[in-house]
Amino acid sequence: MIAWVGDNVISSLGFTTDENYRAVLAGQSGARLHDGMGLPEPFMASLIDRERLNDEFGGGDGYTPLEKAAILSVTRAAAGTGVDLSGERVLFFFSSTKGNVFLLDGDPATLDDRVYLWRPAALVSRHFNNPNDPVVISNACISGASAQVAARRALEAGACDHAVVVGAEMLSRFIISGFQSLKALSPEPCRPFDAARAGLNLGEAAATVIYKRAGEGEAGILLARGAVRNDANHISGPSRTGEGSFLALEAALDGISPDDVAFINAHGTATPYNDRMEAIALTRAGLAAVPVNSLKAHFGHTLGAAGVVESVISARALREGTILASKGYREQEPEYPLNVATRVAPTGKRYFVKMLSGFGGCNAALLYKKVGHGTGH
Amino acid sequence: MGLVIRKYSYINDRVASVDGRAIPVPAGEEKFLTALYRARRVDYPRFFKMDALSKLGFLASELIFEGDASRFTPRDHVAILCFNRSSSLESDAAYQATIRHGEEYFPSPSLFVYTLPNIVTAEIAIRNRLHGETAFYVLERFDPRALVGRVGEAFQDAATRAVLVAWVESFRDSREVFMMLVEKNDTIFDLPFSVESIVELLNRGRNG
Repeated sequence: MIAWVGDNVISSLGFTTDENYRAVLAGQSGARLHDGMGLPEPFMASLIDRERLNDEFGGGDGYTPLEKAAILSVTRAAAGTGVDLSGERVLFFFSSTKGNVFLLDGDPATLDDRVYLWRPAALVSRHFNNPNDPVVISNACISGASAQVAARRALEAGACDHAVVVGAEMLSRFIISGFQSLKALSPEPCRPFDAARAGLNLGEAAATVIYKRAGEGEAGILLARGAVRNDANHISGPSRTGEGSFLALEAALDGISPDDVAFINAHGTATPYNDRMEAIALTRAGLAAVPVNSLKAHFGHTLGAAGVVESVISARALREGTILASKGYREQEPEYPLNVATRVAPTGKRYFVKMLSGFGGCNAALLYKKVGHGTGH
Repeated sequence: MGLVIRKYSYINDRVASVDGRAIPVPAGEEKFLTALYRARRVDYPRFFKMDALSKLGFLASELIFEGDASRFTPRDHVAILCFNRSSSLESDAAYQATIRHGEEYFPSPSLFVYTLPNIVTAEIAIRNRLHGETAFYVLERFDPRALVGRVGEAFQDAATRAVLVAWVESFRDSREVFMMLVEKNDTIFDLPFSVESIVELLNRGRNG
Protein backbone atom coordinates (compact mmCIF):
# COMPACT_ATOMS: atom_id res chain seq x y z
CA MET A 1 0.00 0.00 0.00
CA ILE A 2 1.07 3.56 -0.57
CA ALA A 3 0.29 6.59 1.57
CA TRP A 4 -0.85 10.08 0.72
CA VAL A 5 1.75 12.79 1.41
CA GLY A 6 0.33 15.94 -0.19
CA ASP A 7 -2.13 17.15 -2.81
CA ASN A 8 -3.41 20.10 -4.81
CA VAL A 9 -6.13 20.91 -7.32
CA ILE A 10 -6.14 23.87 -9.70
CA SER A 11 -9.45 24.18 -11.53
CA SER A 12 -12.27 26.48 -12.51
CA LEU A 13 -13.30 26.39 -8.84
CA GLY A 14 -10.04 27.34 -7.18
CA PHE A 15 -6.29 27.07 -6.86
CA THR A 16 -5.92 25.02 -3.67
CA THR A 17 -7.46 21.71 -2.58
CA ASP A 18 -9.23 23.53 0.24
CA GLU A 19 -10.74 26.18 -2.05
CA ASN A 20 -11.93 23.48 -4.47
CA TYR A 21 -13.31 21.25 -1.73
CA ARG A 22 -15.28 24.11 -0.13
CA ALA A 23 -16.70 25.10 -3.51
CA VAL A 24 -17.86 21.51 -4.09
CA LEU A 25 -19.38 21.30 -0.60
CA ALA A 26 -21.25 24.53 -1.32
CA GLY A 27 -22.60 23.04 -4.56
CA GLN A 28 -20.76 25.41 -6.89
CA SER A 29 -20.00 24.70 -10.52
CA GLY A 30 -17.30 26.10 -12.77
CA ALA A 31 -19.37 25.48 -15.90
CA ARG A 32 -20.13 28.56 -18.00
CA LEU A 33 -21.29 29.07 -21.55
CA HIS A 34 -18.28 30.23 -23.58
CA ASP A 35 -17.97 31.75 -27.00
CA GLY A 36 -14.59 31.76 -28.61
CA MET A 37 -11.51 29.66 -29.45
CA GLY A 38 -12.56 30.10 -33.09
CA LEU A 39 -15.41 27.62 -32.71
CA PRO A 40 -18.63 28.09 -34.67
CA GLU A 41 -20.89 27.15 -31.73
CA PRO A 42 -20.79 28.27 -28.10
CA PHE A 43 -19.83 25.57 -25.57
CA MET A 44 -20.45 24.91 -21.87
CA ALA A 45 -17.15 24.29 -20.08
CA SER A 46 -15.31 24.83 -16.78
CA LEU A 47 -12.18 26.86 -17.60
CA ILE A 48 -9.25 27.86 -15.40
CA ASP A 49 -9.06 31.64 -14.92
CA ARG A 50 -6.00 32.47 -17.08
CA GLU A 51 -5.44 35.86 -15.46
CA ARG A 52 -5.36 34.35 -12.01
CA LEU A 53 -3.11 31.53 -13.24
CA ASN A 54 -0.59 34.09 -14.53
CA ASP A 55 -0.83 36.16 -11.33
CA GLU A 56 -0.37 33.23 -8.98
CA PHE A 57 2.33 31.62 -11.10
CA GLY A 58 4.18 34.94 -11.31
CA GLY A 59 6.27 35.42 -14.44
CA GLY A 60 7.13 32.24 -16.33
CA ASP A 61 6.52 33.66 -19.78
CA GLY A 62 8.33 30.69 -21.29
CA TYR A 63 5.68 28.23 -20.12
CA THR A 64 2.35 27.31 -21.72
CA PRO A 65 -0.83 27.54 -19.56
CA LEU A 66 -0.78 23.73 -19.15
CA GLU A 67 2.82 23.79 -17.93
CA LYS A 68 2.15 26.72 -15.58
CA ALA A 69 -0.89 25.02 -14.05
CA ALA A 70 1.01 21.74 -13.59
CA ILE A 71 4.07 23.43 -12.04
CA LEU A 72 1.91 25.53 -9.71
CA SER A 73 -0.05 22.44 -8.68
CA VAL A 74 3.08 20.42 -7.87
CA THR A 75 4.59 23.38 -5.97
CA ARG A 76 1.50 23.65 -3.79
CA ALA A 77 1.15 19.89 -3.28
CA ALA A 78 4.75 19.64 -2.07
CA ALA A 79 4.64 22.73 0.17
CA GLY A 80 5.01 21.77 3.80
CA THR A 81 5.55 18.06 3.09
CA GLY A 82 9.33 18.18 3.45
CA VAL A 83 9.72 16.22 0.19
CA ASP A 84 12.75 17.40 -1.79
CA LEU A 85 11.50 17.20 -5.38
CA SER A 86 15.06 17.39 -6.74
CA GLY A 87 15.94 14.10 -5.07
CA GLU A 88 16.95 11.16 -7.26
CA ARG A 89 14.52 8.89 -5.36
CA VAL A 90 11.57 11.07 -6.43
CA LEU A 91 9.79 10.06 -9.65
CA PHE A 92 7.24 12.18 -11.55
CA PHE A 93 4.19 10.60 -13.21
CA PHE A 94 2.59 12.92 -15.76
CA SER A 95 -0.93 12.25 -17.00
CA SER A 96 -2.57 14.05 -19.93
CA THR A 97 -4.51 13.08 -23.02
CA LYS A 98 -3.58 16.01 -25.27
CA GLY A 99 -0.93 18.08 -23.47
CA ASN A 100 -0.06 21.18 -25.53
CA VAL A 101 -2.09 20.07 -28.58
CA PHE A 102 -3.27 23.67 -29.09
CA LEU A 103 0.16 24.33 -30.65
CA LEU A 104 -0.95 22.32 -33.72
CA ASP A 105 -3.25 25.22 -34.50
CA GLY A 106 -0.19 27.20 -35.56
CA ASP A 107 1.91 26.67 -38.66
CA PRO A 108 2.01 22.89 -39.26
CA ALA A 109 5.37 23.18 -41.08
CA THR A 110 7.15 24.37 -37.92
CA LEU A 111 6.16 21.73 -35.41
CA ASP A 112 6.91 22.90 -31.89
CA ASP A 113 8.44 20.01 -29.91
CA ARG A 114 6.13 20.95 -27.05
CA VAL A 115 3.25 19.13 -28.76
CA TYR A 116 5.07 15.90 -27.86
CA LEU A 117 3.64 14.78 -24.50
CA TRP A 118 7.05 14.04 -22.98
CA ARG A 119 8.09 17.67 -23.44
CA PRO A 120 5.70 19.42 -21.00
CA ALA A 121 6.23 16.48 -18.62
CA ALA A 122 9.98 17.01 -18.70
CA LEU A 123 9.61 20.80 -18.35
CA VAL A 124 7.56 20.24 -15.18
CA SER A 125 9.93 17.73 -13.54
CA ARG A 126 13.02 19.75 -14.58
CA HIS A 127 11.47 22.91 -13.15
CA PHE A 128 12.01 21.21 -9.78
CA ASN A 129 15.50 20.02 -10.80
CA ASN A 130 14.36 16.41 -10.67
CA PRO A 131 17.05 14.26 -12.34
CA ASN A 132 14.77 11.44 -13.59
CA ASP A 133 12.83 11.09 -16.84
CA PRO A 134 9.15 11.44 -15.90
CA VAL A 135 6.79 8.54 -16.55
CA VAL A 136 4.24 9.87 -19.07
CA ILE A 137 0.85 8.16 -19.32
CA SER A 138 -1.69 8.88 -22.03
CA ASN A 139 -4.49 6.38 -21.53
CA ALA A 140 -7.51 8.43 -22.58
CA CYS A 141 -9.87 9.47 -19.78
CA ILE A 142 -8.45 6.98 -17.27
CA SER A 143 -4.93 8.47 -17.54
CA GLY A 144 -5.10 9.93 -14.02
CA ALA A 145 -5.95 6.52 -12.58
CA SER A 146 -3.36 4.70 -14.69
CA ALA A 147 -0.75 7.17 -13.43
CA GLN A 148 -1.66 6.43 -9.81
CA VAL A 149 -1.55 2.68 -10.49
CA ALA A 150 1.89 3.09 -12.10
CA ALA A 151 3.08 5.19 -9.14
CA ARG A 152 1.84 2.61 -6.67
CA ARG A 153 3.70 -0.18 -8.47
CA ALA A 154 6.94 1.80 -8.79
CA LEU A 155 6.84 2.53 -5.04
CA GLU A 156 6.04 -1.11 -4.19
CA ALA A 157 8.87 -2.27 -6.47
CA GLY A 158 11.29 0.12 -4.74
CA ALA A 159 11.94 2.06 -7.95
CA CYS A 160 11.45 5.33 -6.02
CA ASP A 161 10.69 6.59 -2.51
CA HIS A 162 8.25 9.34 -3.47
CA ALA A 163 5.93 9.49 -6.47
CA VAL A 164 4.57 12.82 -7.70
CA VAL A 165 1.46 12.16 -9.80
CA VAL A 166 0.37 15.20 -11.77
CA GLY A 167 -2.58 15.25 -14.16
CA ALA A 168 -3.09 18.24 -16.42
CA GLU A 169 -5.50 19.09 -19.21
CA MET A 170 -6.28 22.43 -20.84
CA LEU A 171 -9.02 22.87 -23.42
CA SER A 172 -8.46 24.01 -26.97
CA ARG A 173 -10.21 24.22 -30.33
CA PHE A 174 -8.86 20.76 -31.05
CA ILE A 175 -10.46 19.04 -28.05
CA ILE A 176 -13.76 20.94 -28.01
CA SER A 177 -14.41 20.60 -31.76
CA GLY A 178 -13.74 16.86 -31.46
CA PHE A 179 -16.24 16.34 -28.67
CA GLN A 180 -18.74 18.55 -30.55
CA SER A 181 -18.28 16.37 -33.64
CA LEU A 182 -19.01 13.29 -31.52
CA LYS A 183 -22.19 15.03 -30.25
CA ALA A 184 -21.11 14.23 -26.69
CA LEU A 185 -21.49 17.73 -25.23
CA SER A 186 -24.48 19.06 -23.35
CA PRO A 187 -25.36 22.72 -23.97
CA GLU A 188 -26.63 22.85 -20.36
CA PRO A 189 -24.83 22.10 -17.08
CA CYS A 190 -24.35 18.32 -17.07
CA ARG A 191 -26.48 15.99 -14.93
CA PRO A 192 -24.61 12.77 -14.06
CA PHE A 193 -26.83 9.70 -13.45
CA ASP A 194 -30.01 11.73 -13.93
CA ALA A 195 -32.68 10.08 -16.08
CA ALA A 196 -32.72 13.15 -18.36
CA ARG A 197 -28.92 13.58 -18.68
CA ALA A 198 -27.94 14.84 -22.12
CA GLY A 199 -24.17 14.80 -22.38
CA LEU A 200 -21.00 16.04 -20.76
CA ASN A 201 -19.32 19.38 -20.06
CA LEU A 202 -15.57 19.63 -20.56
CA GLY A 203 -13.27 21.18 -17.96
CA GLU A 204 -9.69 22.25 -17.32
CA ALA A 205 -7.57 21.23 -14.36
CA ALA A 206 -4.15 20.45 -13.06
CA ALA A 207 -3.99 18.29 -9.96
CA THR A 208 -1.27 16.57 -7.99
CA VAL A 209 -1.00 13.87 -5.39
CA ILE A 210 2.31 12.88 -3.81
CA TYR A 211 2.68 9.32 -2.48
CA LYS A 212 5.20 7.35 -0.44
CA ARG A 213 5.38 3.68 0.54
CA ALA A 214 3.12 3.11 3.54
CA GLY A 215 4.97 2.17 6.71
CA GLU A 216 3.62 -0.14 9.40
CA GLY A 217 0.57 1.46 11.01
CA GLU A 218 0.70 4.44 8.64
CA ALA A 219 -2.18 6.83 9.33
CA GLY A 220 -4.02 8.89 6.75
CA ILE A 221 -5.24 7.99 3.26
CA LEU A 222 -3.78 4.92 1.57
CA LEU A 223 -4.15 3.82 -2.04
CA ALA A 224 -4.89 0.21 -1.19
CA ARG A 225 -5.49 -1.20 -4.66
CA GLY A 226 -5.88 -0.22 -8.28
CA ALA A 227 -6.96 -2.21 -11.31
CA VAL A 228 -7.34 -1.45 -15.02
CA ARG A 229 -9.38 -3.69 -17.34
CA ASN A 230 -10.52 -3.42 -20.95
CA ASP A 231 -14.00 -3.91 -22.43
CA ALA A 232 -12.48 -5.48 -25.57
CA ASN A 233 -15.66 -4.34 -27.25
CA HIS A 234 -15.50 -0.97 -29.02
CA ILE A 235 -12.87 1.76 -29.51
CA SER A 236 -15.14 4.68 -28.58
CA GLY A 237 -18.36 3.29 -27.08
CA PRO A 238 -18.80 1.82 -23.59
CA SER A 239 -19.58 -1.88 -23.21
CA ARG A 240 -23.27 -2.80 -22.95
CA THR A 241 -22.42 -5.23 -20.15
CA GLY A 242 -19.94 -2.93 -18.37
CA GLU A 243 -17.42 -5.75 -18.69
CA GLY A 244 -14.14 -3.89 -18.18
CA SER A 245 -15.54 -1.68 -15.44
CA PHE A 246 -17.04 -4.70 -13.67
CA LEU A 247 -13.74 -6.62 -13.87
CA ALA A 248 -11.81 -3.59 -12.53
CA LEU A 249 -14.26 -3.23 -9.61
CA GLU A 250 -14.04 -6.94 -8.88
CA ALA A 251 -10.23 -6.82 -8.77
CA ALA A 252 -10.09 -3.65 -6.65
CA LEU A 253 -12.70 -4.85 -4.15
CA ASP A 254 -11.68 -8.50 -3.80
CA GLY A 255 -12.34 -9.46 -0.17
CA ILE A 256 -13.77 -6.04 0.78
CA SER A 257 -17.40 -5.95 1.91
CA PRO A 258 -19.62 -3.35 0.16
CA ASP A 259 -20.79 -2.47 3.68
CA ASP A 260 -17.35 -1.02 4.43
CA VAL A 261 -17.37 1.30 1.40
CA ALA A 262 -18.38 4.87 2.33
CA PHE A 263 -19.04 5.91 -1.24
CA ILE A 264 -18.19 5.37 -4.87
CA ASN A 265 -16.94 8.33 -6.84
CA ALA A 266 -17.97 7.26 -10.33
CA HIS A 267 -16.71 8.54 -13.67
CA GLY A 268 -20.29 9.86 -14.19
CA THR A 269 -19.70 11.93 -17.31
CA ALA A 270 -23.46 12.41 -17.81
CA THR A 271 -23.49 10.93 -21.29
CA PRO A 272 -26.41 8.50 -21.60
CA TYR A 273 -24.12 5.54 -22.42
CA ASN A 274 -21.35 6.05 -19.87
CA ASP A 275 -23.56 6.42 -16.83
CA ARG A 276 -25.71 3.45 -17.82
CA MET A 277 -22.61 1.33 -18.35
CA GLU A 278 -21.34 2.25 -14.87
CA ALA A 279 -24.75 1.49 -13.34
CA ILE A 280 -24.63 -1.97 -14.93
CA ALA A 281 -21.06 -2.59 -13.72
CA LEU A 282 -21.91 -1.44 -10.18
CA THR A 283 -25.03 -3.61 -10.12
CA ARG A 284 -23.08 -6.65 -11.34
CA ALA A 285 -20.41 -6.01 -8.68
CA GLY A 286 -23.06 -5.93 -5.91
CA LEU A 287 -22.43 -2.23 -5.22
CA ALA A 288 -25.76 -0.72 -6.32
CA ALA A 289 -26.72 0.11 -2.71
CA VAL A 290 -23.49 1.98 -1.90
CA PRO A 291 -23.81 5.79 -2.13
CA VAL A 292 -22.47 6.96 -5.50
CA ASN A 293 -21.56 10.44 -6.69
CA SER A 294 -19.97 12.19 -9.65
CA LEU A 295 -17.98 15.43 -9.53
CA LYS A 296 -18.39 16.24 -13.23
CA ALA A 297 -21.11 18.88 -12.66
CA HIS A 298 -18.59 20.84 -10.54
CA PHE A 299 -15.38 20.52 -12.59
CA GLY A 300 -16.59 19.29 -15.97
CA HIS A 301 -14.81 16.32 -17.51
CA THR A 302 -11.15 17.21 -17.10
CA LEU A 303 -10.00 14.24 -19.26
CA GLY A 304 -6.41 13.25 -18.39
CA ALA A 305 -6.60 15.21 -15.13
CA ALA A 306 -9.95 13.79 -14.00
CA GLY A 307 -8.53 10.76 -12.19
CA VAL A 308 -6.27 12.94 -10.07
CA VAL A 309 -8.71 15.84 -9.44
CA GLU A 310 -11.55 13.56 -8.39
CA SER A 311 -9.35 11.30 -6.25
CA VAL A 312 -8.00 14.35 -4.37
CA ILE A 313 -11.47 15.79 -3.69
CA SER A 314 -12.91 12.39 -2.74
CA ALA A 315 -9.96 11.61 -0.46
CA ARG A 316 -10.53 14.92 1.30
CA ALA A 317 -14.21 13.99 1.74
CA LEU A 318 -13.31 10.58 3.20
CA ARG A 319 -10.78 12.22 5.53
CA GLU A 320 -13.55 14.48 6.81
CA GLY A 321 -16.07 11.63 7.07
CA THR A 322 -18.29 13.16 4.39
CA ILE A 323 -20.19 11.84 1.40
CA LEU A 324 -20.47 14.59 -1.21
CA ALA A 325 -23.76 15.17 -3.04
CA SER A 326 -23.92 14.34 -6.74
CA LYS A 327 -24.69 17.70 -8.32
CA GLY A 328 -27.13 17.80 -11.23
CA TYR A 329 -28.94 14.62 -10.27
CA ARG A 330 -32.73 14.75 -9.88
CA GLU A 331 -34.44 11.63 -11.09
CA GLN A 332 -33.52 7.96 -10.92
CA GLU A 333 -33.11 6.00 -14.13
CA PRO A 334 -35.56 3.11 -13.58
CA GLU A 335 -33.69 0.27 -15.26
CA TYR A 336 -30.52 0.15 -13.16
CA PRO A 337 -31.29 2.02 -9.92
CA LEU A 338 -28.31 3.29 -7.94
CA ASN A 339 -28.05 4.94 -4.54
CA VAL A 340 -27.06 8.35 -5.94
CA ALA A 341 -26.06 10.74 -3.12
CA THR A 342 -28.58 13.59 -3.20
CA ARG A 343 -27.24 15.54 -0.22
CA VAL A 344 -24.02 15.91 1.75
CA ALA A 345 -24.03 13.24 4.45
CA PRO A 346 -21.71 12.02 7.22
CA THR A 347 -20.02 8.60 7.09
CA GLY A 348 -17.90 6.61 9.51
CA LYS A 349 -16.75 4.07 6.90
CA ARG A 350 -13.12 3.66 5.88
CA TYR A 351 -13.05 2.99 2.12
CA PHE A 352 -13.98 4.77 -1.07
CA VAL A 353 -13.74 3.64 -4.67
CA LYS A 354 -12.79 5.85 -7.63
CA MET A 355 -14.07 4.67 -11.02
CA LEU A 356 -12.96 5.90 -14.45
CA SER A 357 -13.65 4.82 -18.01
CA GLY A 358 -12.30 6.02 -21.31
CA PHE A 359 -12.08 5.69 -25.05
CA GLY A 360 -10.22 2.61 -26.08
CA GLY A 361 -12.48 0.56 -23.79
CA CYS A 362 -10.28 1.13 -20.75
CA ASN A 363 -11.70 1.17 -17.23
CA ALA A 364 -10.12 1.71 -13.82
CA ALA A 365 -11.11 1.17 -10.22
CA LEU A 366 -9.02 2.51 -7.34
CA LEU A 367 -9.63 1.56 -3.70
CA TYR A 368 -8.64 4.10 -1.03
CA LYS A 369 -8.57 3.45 2.70
CA LYS A 370 -8.61 5.84 5.64
CA VAL A 371 -6.51 4.78 8.60
CA GLY A 372 -6.96 6.80 11.78
CA HIS A 373 -4.28 7.71 14.31
CA GLY A 374 -4.03 5.25 17.19
CA THR A 375 -6.98 3.14 16.10
CA GLY A 376 -4.77 0.10 15.61
CA HIS A 377 -6.97 -0.53 12.53
CA MET B 1 10.87 -16.66 -11.21
CA GLY B 2 11.99 -14.45 -14.08
CA LEU B 3 10.26 -12.94 -17.06
CA VAL B 4 10.84 -14.40 -20.49
CA ILE B 5 10.06 -13.39 -24.07
CA ARG B 6 7.73 -16.07 -25.38
CA LYS B 7 7.38 -14.64 -28.88
CA TYR B 8 8.27 -11.39 -30.65
CA SER B 9 7.58 -9.57 -33.90
CA TYR B 10 8.92 -6.59 -35.80
CA ILE B 11 7.43 -4.51 -38.65
CA ASN B 12 8.48 -1.29 -40.38
CA ASP B 13 7.81 0.17 -43.86
CA ARG B 14 9.94 -2.45 -45.61
CA VAL B 15 10.33 -5.61 -43.52
CA ALA B 16 8.42 -7.82 -41.12
CA SER B 17 9.57 -10.73 -38.99
CA VAL B 18 8.37 -13.00 -36.23
CA ASP B 19 10.77 -14.67 -33.77
CA GLY B 20 13.60 -13.42 -36.00
CA ARG B 21 12.26 -15.14 -39.13
CA ALA B 22 11.55 -12.80 -42.05
CA ILE B 23 7.95 -12.76 -43.33
CA PRO B 24 7.82 -12.83 -47.13
CA VAL B 25 5.69 -9.96 -48.43
CA PRO B 26 5.16 -9.69 -52.20
CA ALA B 27 6.13 -6.29 -53.59
CA GLY B 28 3.35 -4.48 -55.45
CA GLU B 29 1.27 -1.36 -55.72
CA GLU B 30 -0.18 -1.70 -52.23
CA LYS B 31 1.33 -0.13 -49.16
CA PHE B 32 3.60 -2.47 -47.23
CA LEU B 33 1.22 -2.86 -44.25
CA THR B 34 -1.71 -3.72 -46.54
CA ALA B 35 0.48 -6.19 -48.45
CA LEU B 36 1.51 -7.78 -45.15
CA TYR B 37 -2.15 -8.01 -44.07
CA ARG B 38 -2.94 -9.88 -47.31
CA ALA B 39 0.18 -12.04 -47.17
CA ARG B 40 -0.89 -13.35 -43.72
CA ARG B 41 -4.49 -13.91 -44.97
CA VAL B 42 -5.94 -11.89 -42.13
CA ASP B 43 -9.72 -11.51 -42.46
CA TYR B 44 -10.63 -8.46 -40.38
CA PRO B 45 -12.15 -5.58 -42.40
CA ARG B 46 -11.84 -3.17 -39.42
CA PHE B 47 -8.13 -3.08 -40.29
CA PHE B 48 -8.86 -0.70 -43.17
CA LYS B 49 -10.48 1.85 -40.84
CA MET B 50 -7.48 2.02 -38.50
CA ASP B 51 -4.84 4.74 -38.43
CA ALA B 52 -1.24 3.72 -39.15
CA LEU B 53 -0.36 3.43 -35.44
CA SER B 54 -3.19 0.96 -34.88
CA LYS B 55 -2.41 -0.94 -38.10
CA LEU B 56 1.18 -1.44 -36.95
CA GLY B 57 0.18 -2.65 -33.48
CA PHE B 58 -2.61 -4.80 -34.86
CA LEU B 59 -0.38 -6.54 -37.44
CA ALA B 60 2.41 -7.13 -34.91
CA SER B 61 -0.13 -8.82 -32.61
CA GLU B 62 -1.43 -10.89 -35.53
CA LEU B 63 2.10 -12.21 -36.10
CA ILE B 64 2.32 -13.15 -32.43
CA PHE B 65 -1.11 -14.73 -32.01
CA GLU B 66 -1.78 -16.28 -35.46
CA GLY B 67 -2.20 -20.02 -35.11
CA ASP B 68 -2.85 -19.79 -31.35
CA ALA B 69 -5.99 -21.90 -30.84
CA SER B 70 -7.09 -20.05 -27.68
CA ARG B 71 -6.69 -16.54 -29.07
CA PHE B 72 -10.38 -15.70 -29.45
CA THR B 73 -11.40 -16.92 -25.98
CA PRO B 74 -12.22 -13.97 -23.67
CA ARG B 75 -9.53 -13.71 -20.98
CA ASP B 76 -8.27 -11.11 -18.55
CA HIS B 77 -4.80 -12.42 -17.71
CA VAL B 78 -3.04 -10.77 -20.68
CA ALA B 79 -2.16 -7.08 -20.28
CA ILE B 80 -1.30 -4.81 -23.23
CA LEU B 81 1.31 -2.07 -22.67
CA CYS B 82 2.37 0.17 -25.55
CA PHE B 83 5.10 2.81 -25.67
CA ASN B 84 6.21 5.42 -28.20
CA ARG B 85 7.66 8.87 -28.69
CA SER B 86 5.03 10.68 -30.76
CA SER B 87 1.79 9.58 -29.10
CA SER B 88 -0.97 9.98 -31.73
CA LEU B 89 0.58 13.07 -33.38
CA GLU B 90 0.13 11.63 -36.88
CA SER B 91 -3.65 11.35 -36.39
CA ASP B 92 -3.68 14.61 -34.41
CA ALA B 93 -2.31 16.42 -37.47
CA ALA B 94 -4.84 14.67 -39.74
CA TYR B 95 -7.71 15.72 -37.46
CA GLN B 96 -6.31 19.25 -37.14
CA ALA B 97 -6.50 19.55 -40.95
CA THR B 98 -10.30 19.11 -40.70
CA ILE B 99 -10.70 22.09 -38.34
CA ARG B 100 -8.83 24.78 -40.21
CA HIS B 101 -10.31 28.22 -39.79
CA GLY B 102 -12.98 29.59 -42.06
CA GLU B 103 -14.73 27.50 -44.66
CA GLU B 104 -12.49 24.47 -44.17
CA TYR B 105 -14.05 23.65 -40.78
CA PHE B 106 -15.48 20.10 -40.96
CA PRO B 107 -14.31 18.25 -37.81
CA SER B 108 -14.21 14.51 -38.46
CA PRO B 109 -15.41 12.32 -35.59
CA SER B 110 -13.87 9.21 -37.14
CA LEU B 111 -10.46 10.90 -37.21
CA PHE B 112 -10.91 12.41 -33.74
CA VAL B 113 -11.31 8.97 -32.16
CA TYR B 114 -7.79 8.07 -33.29
CA THR B 115 -6.27 11.16 -31.63
CA LEU B 116 -5.70 9.02 -28.53
CA PRO B 117 -2.62 6.78 -28.62
CA ASN B 118 -4.21 4.04 -26.50
CA ILE B 119 -6.69 3.21 -29.29
CA VAL B 120 -4.06 0.79 -30.61
CA THR B 121 -4.29 -1.16 -27.33
CA ALA B 122 -8.06 -1.31 -27.82
CA GLU B 123 -7.78 -2.59 -31.39
CA ILE B 124 -5.58 -5.46 -30.17
CA ALA B 125 -7.83 -6.13 -27.17
CA ILE B 126 -10.99 -6.22 -29.32
CA ARG B 127 -9.48 -8.54 -31.94
CA ASN B 128 -8.15 -11.01 -29.35
CA ARG B 129 -10.86 -10.53 -26.69
CA LEU B 130 -8.31 -9.47 -24.09
CA HIS B 131 -9.98 -7.94 -21.02
CA GLY B 132 -6.76 -7.41 -19.06
CA GLU B 133 -5.04 -4.11 -18.31
CA THR B 134 -4.32 -1.78 -21.22
CA ALA B 135 -1.98 1.24 -20.97
CA PHE B 136 -0.04 3.65 -23.17
CA TYR B 137 3.22 5.35 -22.11
CA VAL B 138 5.07 8.11 -23.95
CA LEU B 139 8.87 8.37 -23.81
CA GLU B 140 11.23 11.10 -24.97
CA ARG B 141 13.28 8.43 -26.71
CA PHE B 142 13.25 4.64 -27.01
CA ASP B 143 14.37 3.34 -23.62
CA PRO B 144 14.38 -0.42 -23.00
CA ARG B 145 14.76 0.22 -19.24
CA ALA B 146 11.34 1.88 -19.21
CA LEU B 147 9.81 -1.18 -20.94
CA VAL B 148 11.48 -3.56 -18.49
CA GLY B 149 10.39 -1.41 -15.53
CA ARG B 150 6.72 -0.92 -16.42
CA VAL B 151 6.24 -4.51 -17.66
CA GLY B 152 7.86 -6.01 -14.57
CA GLU B 153 5.65 -3.84 -12.34
CA ALA B 154 2.51 -4.76 -14.33
CA PHE B 155 2.87 -8.33 -12.98
CA GLN B 156 2.05 -6.90 -9.50
CA ASP B 157 -1.58 -7.18 -10.65
CA ALA B 158 -2.52 -10.66 -9.46
CA ALA B 159 -4.63 -11.30 -12.57
CA THR B 160 -1.79 -10.57 -14.99
CA ARG B 161 0.10 -13.65 -16.17
CA ALA B 162 1.34 -12.33 -19.51
CA VAL B 163 2.09 -8.90 -20.97
CA LEU B 164 1.98 -8.00 -24.63
CA VAL B 165 4.41 -5.07 -24.80
CA ALA B 166 5.20 -2.96 -27.83
CA TRP B 167 7.25 -0.01 -28.95
CA VAL B 168 4.96 1.33 -31.67
CA GLU B 169 5.80 4.57 -33.45
CA SER B 170 4.20 6.20 -36.49
CA PHE B 171 5.07 9.79 -37.28
CA ARG B 172 6.76 11.43 -40.24
CA ASP B 173 9.61 9.21 -41.45
CA SER B 174 9.60 6.98 -38.38
CA ARG B 175 7.30 3.96 -38.61
CA GLU B 176 7.95 0.72 -36.77
CA VAL B 177 6.62 -1.69 -34.19
CA PHE B 178 8.54 -4.13 -32.02
CA MET B 179 6.25 -6.34 -29.94
CA MET B 180 6.97 -9.04 -27.35
CA LEU B 181 4.77 -11.48 -25.48
CA VAL B 182 6.29 -11.63 -21.99
CA GLU B 183 5.48 -14.34 -19.45
CA LYS B 184 6.70 -15.59 -16.12
CA ASN B 185 8.94 -18.61 -16.38
CA ASP B 186 11.89 -20.13 -14.62
CA THR B 187 13.54 -22.40 -17.16
CA ILE B 188 17.03 -21.33 -18.14
CA PHE B 189 16.37 -22.23 -21.78
CA ASP B 190 14.03 -19.30 -22.31
CA LEU B 191 14.93 -15.88 -23.66
CA PRO B 192 15.06 -13.53 -20.64
CA PHE B 193 13.03 -10.31 -20.82
CA SER B 194 15.88 -7.85 -20.27
CA VAL B 195 17.35 -4.61 -21.62
CA GLU B 196 20.01 -6.65 -23.48
CA SER B 197 17.42 -8.95 -25.14
CA ILE B 198 15.25 -6.03 -26.19
CA VAL B 199 18.15 -4.15 -27.78
CA GLU B 200 19.44 -7.23 -29.59
CA LEU B 201 16.05 -8.39 -30.93
CA LEU B 202 15.02 -4.88 -32.00
CA ASN B 203 18.26 -4.40 -33.92
CA ARG B 204 17.83 -7.80 -35.55
CA GLY B 205 14.31 -6.78 -36.64
CA ARG B 206 15.46 -3.43 -38.04
CA ASN B 207 18.22 -5.13 -40.02
CA GLY B 208 15.58 -7.35 -41.64
